[in-house]
Amino acid sequence: MNVTIVDYKSGNISSVINSFKEVAKEKVNIEVTSDPNKIKSSDKVVLPGQGSFKSCVEALNNIDGLLETLNEFTMINKKPLLGICVGLQMFADIGYEETETKGLGWISGKVSKIDNQSGKFKLPHIGWNQINIIKDSEIFKDIENNSHMYFVHSYEFVPNDKKVISATTDYSTKVVCSVEKENIFGTQFHPEKSDKFGLKIIDNFISL
Amino acid sequence: MLKNRIIPCLDVKNGRVVKGINFVDLKDAGDPVEQAKIYSDGGADEICFLDITASNENRDTIYEVVKKTSKKCFVPLTVGGGVRTIDDINKLLNSGADKVSINTAAVENSKVVIDSSKKFGSQCIVVAIDAKKNGEKWEVFTHGGRNNSGIDALKYAKQMEDSGAGELLVTSMDKDGTKSGYDIELMKKITSNVNIPVIASGGVGTLDHLVEGINSGASAVLAASIFHYGTYSINEAKEYLASKDIPVRI
Repeated sequence: MNVTIVDYKSGNISSVINSFKEVAKEKVNIEVTSDPNKIKSSDKVVLPGQGSFKSCVEALNNIDGLLETLNEFTMINKKPLLGICVGLQMFADIGYEETETKGLGWISGKVSKIDNQSGKFKLPHIGWNQINIIKDSEIFKDIENNSHMYFVHSYEFVPNDKKVISATTDYSTKVVCSVEKENIFGTQFHPEKSDKFGLKIIDNFISL
Repeated sequence: MLKNRIIPCLDVKNGRVVKGINFVDLKDAGDPVEQAKIYSDGGADEICFLDITASNENRDTIYEVVKKTSKKCFVPLTVGGGVRTIDDINKLLNSGADKVSINTAAVENSKVVIDSSKKFGSQCIVVAIDAKKNGEKWEVFTHGGRNNSGIDALKYAKQMEDSGAGELLVTSMDKDGTKSGYDIELMKKITSNVNIPVIASGGVGTLDHLVEGINSGASAVLAASIFHYGTYSINEAKEYLASKDIPVRI
């Protein structure tokens, strides 16, 4: 099996690569590329994302044929894709970081700044927080409810259809921290930095 | 609920740990990778490397250390010490650091904070502030505490937030190495003045000091010697904080 981590030259993906290689060992081939042809032939795709919504969308657009390939992989061929952090946020129709930017539109909704209740809560939301699992999800297999995951973000994905939400976390509000819609999975937290439970989520995704 | 973080810090010189943990079962007490792994297995919420390599020709050793550590530790890794340019930050991030802390370079030219937070995202830019009390105010020191910039630390903290820092790592130079606790007054002033998380550093000698650090408004507490010398384990520290009703990840 081939799992491709999309390297679209936005932010630092070494931790994602290290964690997937750690979990995959010899059983799964982990490819790191932005080559649309390699993505087309892979079984699963991981879409990381660091920096702003705007810079990530722009970086995806900058690579010839990448957006079309990801669309086809996810929306037509319905193969499993995992978005991490801004990778998940980009599923939305629109994002408001820096300026209004169109997203991938895979899961209807918007990405807006976390309400810090007039400075009562620090932003970014950095650190370990518990996840409330509200929907059975294959990627949460053997993950206990209220497990701790590592977060670093100031913006949150607000999907229109609440049924896609698989977990939330309590900060200034109930923040959506995991979504699942058919073959599309996403985590706002960083499984690659969430120690053994995070690695288990990665293992669950690889084993889908 | 968001948990308060405990961050052990390892001083690394020429690729080797200085003042490392003295555990009998350690194969190589000077190996930063092995020490970081002990901390992450022991429940550290994050690992911090401070590179204190003095000579330029040995500076590349830190990249190897970061590369190896990030293949073994799956908690966030912050690396600081001698970070001057966007290129330094880029190399550390590519080696596997999750955050980079900038000290002297940020004082000399705040543009490095503005540019790096735009390029890599605020989430990986930590500004380290070494502050020393002078009369009624605190002044920012650079070059590992050798030079006084004369800059007001409270104003500087706010300026760094506005420049795009995602976190501040605040070390009291008066307290560092004294084991008499954090400079609580300084921490309170800075944490109430900025809206980004603050990591308290400098002066920890007991577990009560960690409690005081969190109660001063810090989101995370950094300590070196109490963990290195095995006075307390990370887990003991966490249990103690939890017993004082401070939310931690256990």
